[in-house]
Amino acid sequence: MIELEHLSKRFGGRKVAPVQALDDLSLSVPAGSLYGLLGPNGAGKTTALRILCTLLAPDAGQVRVAGVDALAEPRAVRRLLGYVAQEVAIDKILTGRELLHLQAALHHMGAADRLERTAELIELLAMGDWIDRRCGSYSGGMRRRLDLAAGLLHRPRVLVLDEPTVGLDIESRATIWQVLRQLRDQGTTVLLSSHYLEEVDALADRLAIIDGGRVIAEGTPAALKGALGGDRVTLRVREFSDEQEASRVRDLLQACRGVRQVVVNRAQGYSLNLVVEDSGVVETLRQQLVEAQLPVFALAQSRPSLDDVYLQATGRTLSDAELSVAGRRDLKEERKQSMR
Amino acid sequence: MTSASPSLTPLPAASGEPSALAEIAQETLALTRRLFVQLARRPSTLVAGVLQPLIWLVLFGALFANAPEGLLPGGISYGRFLGAGVIVFTAFSAALNAGLPVMFDREFGFLNRLLVAPLRSRSSIVFASVLYITSLSLVQSLAIMGTAALLGYGWPGGAGLLLVLVTLLLLVFAVTALSLGLAFALPGHIELIAVIFVANLPLLFASTALAPISFMPPWLGWLAALNPLTFAIEPIRAAYAGSFHLTDVVLVAPYGSLSALTCLAILAGLAAGLFLLIRPMLDRKLT
Repeated sequence: MIELEHLSKRFGGRKVAPVQALDDLSLSVPAGSLYGLLGPNGAGKTTALRILCTLLAPDAGQVRVAGVDALAEPRAVRRLLGYVAQEVAIDKILTGRELLHLQAALHHMGAADRLERTAELIELLAMGDWIDRRCGSYSGGMRRRLDLAAGLLHRPRVLVLDEPTVGLDIESRATIWQVLRQLRDQGTTVLLSSHYLEEVDALADRLAIIDGGRVIAEGTPAALKGALGGDRVTLRVREFSDEQEASRVRDLLQACRGVRQVVVNRAQGYSLNLVVEDSGVVETLRQQLVEAQLPVFALAQSRPSLDDVYLQATGRTLSDAELSVAGRRDLKEERKQSMR
Repeated sequence: MTSASPSLTPLPAASGEPSALAEIAQETLALTRRLFVQLARRPSTLVAGVLQPLIWLVLFGALFANAPEGLLPGGISYGRFLGAGVIVFTAFSAALNAGLPVMFDREFGFLNRLLVAPLRSRSSIVFASVLYITSLSLVQSLAIMGTAALLGYGWPGGAGLLLVLVTLLLLVFAVTALSLGLAFALPGHIELIAVIFVANLPLLFASTALAPISFMPPWLGWLAALNPLTFAIEPIRAAYAGSFHLTDVVLVAPYGSLSALTCLAILAGLAAGLFLLIRPMLDRKLT
């Protein structure tokens, strides 16, 4: 349904060092799927979505939505798309209902259709109590829901959301998640970007992990995590162990069959991080520890997370990546260019 | 992207879609409506917009109240001379500021809502602003003309009112287009305000709003005779002077004499030219 092919986009250059926002990014979103774009801030997610939504022209590459070339026929693509931007685009002076009616006119909807659709969405997103108040008085969650309603008003075949739940209260987030799942079930293709691992993990049928403007991993959450193999185990023999004991335990663990990548984590009181091939291995481990007369203060086992996927692909965690990127960006310059 | 672009063939699914004109009208009306709702809920803009030119008229008109009689061409009083200048300058200022709301929409992300929507023509954004500012200018002008009449500066009459309307419409269209073009081209509202600030008063002083060309040194006379404001001021001033024909000479410029009709034609040309000039900016993103 959405095809992004070899997209490149560079910002800046005159006053500031250029930033390669997209670097040969390619992506294919199947029709009717809920697709997640995961990556740290500054990875290029917003740039990719803005290009998809015809707000920004790429330096190179192709964009097709439902077979329509977005660069050649932007208006045809705009009719297919609903876009919910990262910055909530509302007018403080208008009421929510007035904003929806304005949106309806911009999509050339008839009066009857407009009223019917507005009523449907007010109910769907539980906006009835406040839709006739001015937008300026809305909370972040209310604004976001209204923005989503505006994006859905014209029944788009493709809904694009840029970080739809950043900074939201739990109730609004749950509402939005539920609506996105419903839309997918009804056949709408949903593409959302997020830097929340758990959001993409919980919602997305498929996802692409983006880093440095390119796709570094792509697939279903289960397949991506499964490809890493094994469960993650954290073991502490006592609350505060020492180096000597930790290396003794490490040697013991490394001798076990089905155990890989044993690492001593000094920062966490000489705990041990390891990967086990299946759950049975953990039982064997316990027995071995008992035989060696070592206590077990804590033993935690978890499936690999998307963060592990990211770690595997880039050698750093998502939160580390966000910290390192924060200093490099010139947001003002990016904003200026992207608005043109 | 422009409404004339051949790439705009409708989707197969959307056959039997309404005409381009109907869609542009729908977009324009919705956007105009938004501007009026904003005005109704923030009436201070309207109040200030009406009061300010009245203050101009009363204070500036009084400034030369005791000037020797017969100083101005036709022997009219300064207050009567000034009315047309204040009307035009008020409309001009409002139109010059038309880009500001668009710039704020851009900065707050609201403009993206318009740009992502399948607008039949982004000119709708220009048309909406023109409709809004013209209406506002008419209210202001009526207030100015009413006050001028009370002050004994005369009243243009029915045909004169029509001329005032047409002249203002042309001027507002031209200047609004320019201002919206700037709102799309400049980096932010600080720069836009700077341009407005620099353009506003010099264009007033280098026009015939406050004094006739015969009062000016030649270089300023030339500037005033080329200033678009002058082409709007002189027909309105002629309407105030009493019965006249569109073909009567209203402006004696260093390069020749112009009739009211010529002045209006120049304004119309300017409006069309500026509109065509800024059109590509509205679509620039993808071209």
